[in-house]
Amino acid sequence: MSTAPQAVTMADERMTKRAIAPSRGGRPWTFYLLATLFTCYVVALYGPMICIYILSFQDVRGGLVFPMKGLSLHWFVDLFTQVRTGDVKGAFDRSIKLAIVVTVITVVVSFMAAMAFRRRFPGDNIVFALMIGSLVAPGLVLGIGVGLLFNAIGIETSPYASALGAQLSWTLPFGVLVMFAVMSRFNPAWEEAARDLGATAWQTIRLVIIPVLAPGLVAVALFGFTLSYDEFARTLQTAGPQNTLPLEIWSMTLNVTSPSLYALGTVTTIISFLIIGAALGTIVFIQRRRGARAS
Amino acid sequence: MRVSRSTISWLYVSPLMFVLIPFFVLPILVVLVASVFETDGFGGLIPTFTLANYATVLTSGLTFNLYLATVKFTVLTWFFTLLLGFFVAYFLVFHVRNPLLAIGLFLICTVPFWTSNIIRMISWIPLLGKEGLINSALLRIGLIREPLEFLLYSGFAVVVAYVHQLTIFMIVPIFNSMARIDKRVVEAAIDAGASRFDIMRLIIVPLSKSGIALGSIFVASIVMGDFFVTKVMSGGGSASVVSAFYEDISVLQYPGAAASAIVLTVVLLAMVALILRTVDIRKEITR
Repeated sequence: MSTAPQAVTMADERMTKRAIAPSRGGRPWTFYLLATLFTCYVVALYGPMICIYILSFQDVRGGLVFPMKGLSLHWFVDLFTQVRTGDVKGAFDRSIKLAIVVTVITVVVSFMAAMAFRRRFPGDNIVFALMIGSLVAPGLVLGIGVGLLFNAIGIETSPYASALGAQLSWTLPFGVLVMFAVMSRFNPAWEEAARDLGATAWQTIRLVIIPVLAPGLVAVALFGFTLSYDEFARTLQTAGPQNTLPLEIWSMTLNVTSPSLYALGTVTTIISFLIIGAALGTIVFIQRRRGARAS
Repeated sequence: MRVSRSTISWLYVSPLMFVLIPFFVLPILVVLVASVFETDGFGGLIPTFTLANYATVLTSGLTFNLYLATVKFTVLTWFFTLLLGFFVAYFLVFHVRNPLLAIGLFLICTVPFWTSNIIRMISWIPLLGKEGLINSALLRIGLIREPLEFLLYSGFAVVVAYVHQLTIFMIVPIFNSMARIDKRVVEAAIDAGASRFDIMRLIIVPLSKSGIALGSIFVASIVMGDFFVTKVMSGGGSASVVSAFYEDISVLQYPGAAASAIVLTVVLLAMVALILRTVDIRKEITR
């Protein structure tokens, strides 16, 4: 992946792009129409979220709607100290730990499955169908199935057994699909070259395949983490007696009618953004290091 | 020692199977078994085979209405997400000339996907509520006298929340397949005198079919399998198949709920299989 050919294709693309733009200087009317649509979409996408972040900074008089009443961190303190809002801190703790475990397993297992799917093998269609089935099955139904199953064999539901499995049945198909897309850009010639140079199968994986696919693996990790951190339906019946964060938010939407709810939204979003930032940062870091090595 | 290639492949997928069998195949089988048992009325199951649960589910007018409501939300959400997702992707791929800008705008669309769905749903409350931003703005400019009641806790709010959450599931796959369309094909069509509409109808739409199919699978299966959006945003006014199922579970009516769940799963899988018949997703993704 040197930068020179990439730059060439980019320039090439730009030229063809310019060529297909219907009128050379000005833009067609469809551009303005679609640009407006796009802007409206982005405003509708972010607007409501920004509203609740703003509303979460009200003071003690604050309500669920605008206008904004005062400015303070009251509802954040309230969120973490009140009995009424439940064990938010514990829920954060449990959710993040579970998400980390799910992420690690998702990355390793999706990578391995994608390695298998590079070739056809007997029964591959069955595995693929099971994966798609697991992806589209209604989460609550699956969660209840897992709950009943654990009940039938006499194991208590708990975060690191039933909830972990139930979440993996959702993050893994996602992870494998992302890995498919990542793998499709992998040139098998690199692998063959490694083999020709005398690398063992394990060396090829460790020294060629994994470094080349590293940015894609980070993307899979990001998927695994956020899908688990946000997973609700499958976890509802499988988490055992203690709530994970989405379950906590869910019970709050039913019981709490104060800006504490919005404060919780602000806090979870900050965590999500930190995770996205870390993932993007890692990808940039990998690419930089690669660029430095290539030159 | 030589190990055959297919053995290696199976070794690679075995961890995946160790998750899918106990946490997808077996749970669905358990639900299937529960659906043909009788209940003792207190949450216990009596292991006698019966199809009465299915008879109840399939003949009750209530179930029919639930399915109708769920299908209505699914179709509406699918339509709006497809419309938005298609044109947003089209704009990014074919109208934004700077590739870096296109990727940046694409990332802007995807960021909210990584944040909590429930939070994004409740974030409509300060906007759509009776004293919300939209109502107060409309009141101030004198367009309405009374606050619009239908904005929140209604079918409208449910569709808004779904479209808000799920359009990304359309944008990403459609963007992916559009980005792979060879620009020279479009160029050739222009040279051959095709109109903008013809290019859309004969080139862009057919070549984005796999993205549309993949997006449709995501959107349809999520909406049909969801219950909290319907529950919260409709304010209890309308139910969905899964929310009824949840109510049944909470009063320990396992067999009836299980039968309804199996019917839903079968409907869902049939729908997905139908979509998958039209495009080979696996081939499309790995291409």
